Amino acid sequence: MTAVAALPTYADRKLEPYIEDVVRAFMIATIFWGIAAFAAGVYIALQLAFPVLNLGLEWTTFGRLRPLHTSAAIFAFGGNALLGSSIYVVQRTCRARLFGGEATGWFLFFGYQLFIVLAALGYVFGVTQSKEYAEPEWYVDLWLTLVWVVYLIAFAGTLIKREEPHIYVANWFYLAFIITVAMLHIVNNLAIPVSFFGAKSYSVFSGVQDALTQWWYGHNAVGFFLTAGFLAMMYYFIPKQANRPVYSYRLSIVHFWSLIFLYIWAGPHHLHYTSLPDWAATLGMVFSIMLWMPSWGGMINGLMTLSGAWDKLRTDPGLRFSVTAVAFYGMATFEGPVMSIRQVNALSHYTDWTIGHVHSGALGWNAFITFGMLYYIVPVLWKRERLYSDKLATVHFWIATLGILLYITAMWVSGIMQGLMWRAYDHLGFLQYSFVETVEAMHPFYVIRALGGILFLTGALIMTYNLWRTARGDVRAESGADLKPAAAV
Amino acid sequence: MADKNKTAGTQETTGHEWDGIQELNNPLPKWWLYLFYASILFAIVWSVLYPSVPYFRSHFAGLLGYTQREEVAQNLREAAGSQAVYRDRIQNLDVIAVRADEELRRFATAGGRVLFAENCAGCHQSGGVGTKGYPSLADDDWLWGGSLTEIEQTIRYGIRAGHDETRISQMPRFQLDGMLSAKEVEAVSDHVLVMAGQAPAKGQDPKLGAKIYADNCVACHGETGKGNRELGAPNLTDKVWLYGSDRKSVIQTVAQSRNGVMPAWAGRLDDATIKMLAVYVHALGGGE
Repeated sequence: MTAVAALPTYADRKLEPYIEDVVRAFMIATIFWGIAAFAAGVYIALQLAFPVLNLGLEWTTFGRLRPLHTSAAIFAFGGNALLGSSIYVVQRTCRARLFGGEATGWFLFFGYQLFIVLAALGYVFGVTQSKEYAEPEWYVDLWLTLVWVVYLIAFAGTLIKREEPHIYVANWFYLAFIITVAMLHIVNNLAIPVSFFGAKSYSVFSGVQDALTQWWYGHNAVGFFLTAGFLAMMYYFIPKQANRPVYSYRLSIVHFWSLIFLYIWAGPHHLHYTSLPDWAATLGMVFSIMLWMPSWGGMINGLMTLSGAWDKLRTDPGLRFSVTAVAFYGMATFEGPVMSIRQVNALSHYTDWTIGHVHSGALGWNAFITFGMLYYIVPVLWKRERLYSDKLATVHFWIATLGILLYITAMWVSGIMQGLMWRAYDHLGFLQYSFVETVEAMHPFYVIRALGGILFLTGALIMTYNLWRTARGDVRAESGADLKPAAAV
Repeated sequence: MADKNKTAGTQETTGHEWDGIQELNNPLPKWWLYLFYASILFAIVWSVLYPSVPYFRSHFAGLLGYTQREEVAQNLREAAGSQAVYRDRIQNLDVIAVRADEELRRFATAGGRVLFAENCAGCHQSGGVGTKGYPSLADDDWLWGGSLTEIEQTIRYGIRAGHDETRISQMPRFQLDGMLSAKEVEAVSDHVLVMAGQAPAKGQDPKLGAKIYADNCVACHGETGKGNRELGAPNLTDKVWLYGSDRKSVIQTVAQSRNGVMPAWAGRLDDATIKMLAVYVHALGGGE
């Protein structure tokens, strides 16, 4: 182990060509909220297996902690990763400092953290407008709108003042993510507060229109927050890690526009077999089917960028995360269209299969691509030659992968079993099982799922330690043929 | 640069570079493109077959004439059809005759198990074992009677359910309504617990307890405390206590009364279903 190296002084950092203090803060927040989100997930998974963990307190019931977990994962962990990486990427690929300068960057950072804290307090204290992934009430929504508009201005302003002739593909995706999320957020949260000083509001939509608006929002939160934004991350960090050109410019154009155009229509597949009109459900389904290849276009571009550099997978644990993430992305974006087919949905809807599907995306794709980004970006941001330990990163990779596999296989089995039990009839034409019997049958799988979550959380803690030591400038003495220093910078 | 690109198909880059990242200009993979076309074709065909395009006041109905409503109606018709032979007979027989018919009894018991789990187990628990406030249906201690017809009547009209035919009785709120003092409530509670075979409480006033019992309780629960099914008045001399057999619970019952409610199922469940449930509950263990 070498001595702790001195961090760059404030004066040094002022001279950096790009604003990086803010990015560093975003990366720390990403890790912090990631751990919080994973821990909350583990806890509510255990609550499902052992309901006594609800503790009999309103603040700690599953109903309040579940949105805390989902929002922490998507908006706190994912959001910080997206804001931070986009500020990093847009400056470097435009050769321009962030539009609005350091002050804007810090406003975005603190403004976004304030949004997260306000939202989290609302969940715990039961302040909610009962829209999935859009639970925060009107005062939080207004604040986020302000932060988001500043974000759009800063990002677009940087693009406009760029010194590169063309806009890099990662920035198309980031821009699509920022604009569309703004639109989704504003429309779905249109509401009338009951009073100036009260938290309660009522949505301007009602009935099936409300449901459709909500799932137009919910589905495209997946499409533009968790897909477009993270594809942007992929388009910058995989070529950097692999040190290879992007596989196909043409593919990136075609799959970008087809993805953007098709995603926005697919929301109704969340509302099969409801009061949604048949025609709307059909359109939601067929657009989901057409979405399969545009999604896979991103996967192909990510994976094929490695051709000629596959050997780097052995030596660069960060790249291993990124590439595995793309593989999970491919799997989840195949599973999604399949589940959108009405007849498949009849079995899968409302079951744990959906939960498994979401987590193969959230853990396998979003978290893994973020981990890959972090293992690359932390040494760069803190001006270190390499990671503290490749070996620990490798341990993280295998523990986390095992955790995901336990999680999604448990949910597949549990969900399909649940769906089959719900529709099982005996020879006299009676339902074979009551609801509580299906719950009882799922118990072992809930325990396995929680175990998967514990592994995933453990891996993230190992990563945190590794990155903290990396930032301090420590290097762990390690040997082994496959543990050559990662190409960090 | 050129040799580095060799393995990735074409060697041409677009000539752009951002922060050291270049782009190759490989064509779209053929299999990708054809699958994309195929999925578009699938979407078109599916949209022609199923309800899809909205018009101003209606929508294109699709060549198959499919609707979700029709699908569920069809499923319900099929389900009803497969059971009609049994249900129609149950509908037309009284519940005693249903139980007497071996085939119908078997059908009612199988269906009753599921119907009970869906409608009754929420309060009476799986298998009807009951819990505090919700009587066990698996023992022979019946509040309103355990014969088939009595069970059927309870299910159909409920208890204190607001239905015209519902079973109704009301134990007074002796202390809340100022009929007895706290001391008198304690005395009569202690008296009742001794009737139930429990050891006398410390400092008990047996004389006062017996007097209050005779003045206030006998009318419904009887001189010996055996209860009265006509009024749903429970037997006080056994060890089955719906709201708890500890002194505190009994005092609370006397002071405030309980007056539990069971909903009337007539109107929510059809006639045959109610009879099937009666047959099932009757067979749970304590049917008379």
